[in-house]
Amino acid sequence: MVNLEIDRVSVRFALQGATVEAVNDVSLVLRPGECVALVGESGCGKTVLASALLGFLPGNAETSGSARLGDVDLLAASDHELATTIRGRRIGLIPQSPASHLTPVRTARAQLEEAARVLGGDAARAAERAGLLPEHLDRYPHELSGGMAQRVANALALVGDPSLLIADEPTTGLDRDLVDGLLAEFRRLVDDGHAVLLITHDLAAAHQVADRIAVMYAGRIVEVGPSHEVLDNAKHPYARGLANALPDRDFVPVPGQPPLLTDLPAGCAFAPRCEQATAICEDRPVLTDSPHAVACHRPC
Amino acid sequence: MLTGLGITAGYRAPVITDVSLTVQPGQTVGLAGPSGSGKSTLARVLALLHKPFAGTVEIDGETVTGYRFQARQRTKIGVLFQQPRLSVDPRFTLRQAIAEPGADRVDELAEKVMLTDDLLGRRPHEVSDGQLQRACLARALALNPRYLICDEMTTMLDASTTAALVGVIRDYQRESGAGVLAISHDAVLLDRWADETVRLSAPPSR
Repeated sequence: MVNLEIDRVSVRFALQGATVEAVNDVSLVLRPGECVALVGESGCGKTVLASALLGFLPGNAETSGSARLGDVDLLAASDHELATTIRGRRIGLIPQSPASHLTPVRTARAQLEEAARVLGGDAARAAERAGLLPEHLDRYPHELSGGMAQRVANALALVGDPSLLIADEPTTGLDRDLVDGLLAEFRRLVDDGHAVLLITHDLAAAHQVADRIAVMYAGRIVEVGPSHEVLDNAKHPYARGLANALPDRDFVPVPGQPPLLTDLPAGCAFAPRCEQATAICEDRPVLTDSPHAVACHRPC
Repeated sequence: MLTGLGITAGYRAPVITDVSLTVQPGQTVGLAGPSGSGKSTLARVLALLHKPFAGTVEIDGETVTGYRFQARQRTKIGVLFQQPRLSVDPRFTLRQAIAEPGADRVDELAEKVMLTDDLLGRRPHEVSDGQLQRACLARALALNPRYLICDEMTTMLDASTTAALVGVIRDYQRESGAGVLAISHDAVLLDRWADETVRLSAPPSR
């Protein structure tokens, strides 16, 4: 088992007459036996980062930096290399809305067995580990409830026994009991030595399962640290505002809107919305190098 | 008052049986329950988008006689869905989407939901889920509905956008006295948002 070392990764999309700066200078290390949640509002670059790690970016994307999984740089690897050695084998993806990622005309079993054959895994064991009973496997995707479809997606992600799992908004649309069950499953995988990168806008879910939370804003990580520290003692004004917006806290939104990724301010991207901003914020703040790191000139 | 009385509804087989629910003007009623318990089905009936097998819907004392395209009272009820992306014509700009109900108040509505001029000129694929849901809320408010039905409106949204949109809805209720039915999986959210919460029980296992 090896670390995932994301080092100064940026992703840009070239559009006609504009460049979208979707991910900016993101560094993050994910260790075996650790769950890190990447949180932030929709459109902040979370999913683009995950797509970059798996080589799923569209053709107009340009990347820089590196993302090393052991001796492989995921950003430099060819599609063939990713397809034959990485995807499903070393990194499993649990996609958003799993029901729509299953092939509608084949049973869960057929899909799982195909994945097991290609990846060299054990379908029955993966199904059992994901909490599926053999009779569930004979159903077609439209016959599966949301929770069951989620388990099939988990089994598909686990069948090749990857050491790293990337879960992209896995809790969206599930009710609380299913969310609790899914997060408990992630926790078991982490305790087994897997690394889990949980991409979510659900702070409560992140708090429940993650060891560390990284808060992303306008393509940058603005704060990263132990989960309870980031949620209960946030240093970045955005992270603090996000935590305070939770319905069991102040339930007050962060004022203003996120900036356009085609027109980011030269300094701190949050400064236009920040009550504490001063002239110094026209310089871009750098993420500090500490267990609870923050990229802010005037932290809370 | 928006009332559903003895509603039995579903798709071939009933999903909900003999369910009654009332939303008073100015009130926010939460509707909770596990997946498959029929929350969305009840919401669609109360929004006059789905005809029940049995039972009646009354809006401000008037019994509903037609559903879907035959629903004469349809404009008294605004609806917001879970996935804004499926609720907006992808060819429209946000400005066109908000103007779709025939209102000439786009700027006023856009200001309410905090959408800037630049965002109004974009199409759905050029904005985030949160920004698109803001446009859907503006569109839902365009005809000054007496009742607003929010079916998992916040599921795709982060905490800050959730708080912002609930704030906009509360302001609208204060101005207009509209009643709101808020459907969510999130018990913590409903505790904070709704005046009272109704729970539908789990469906019998199939």
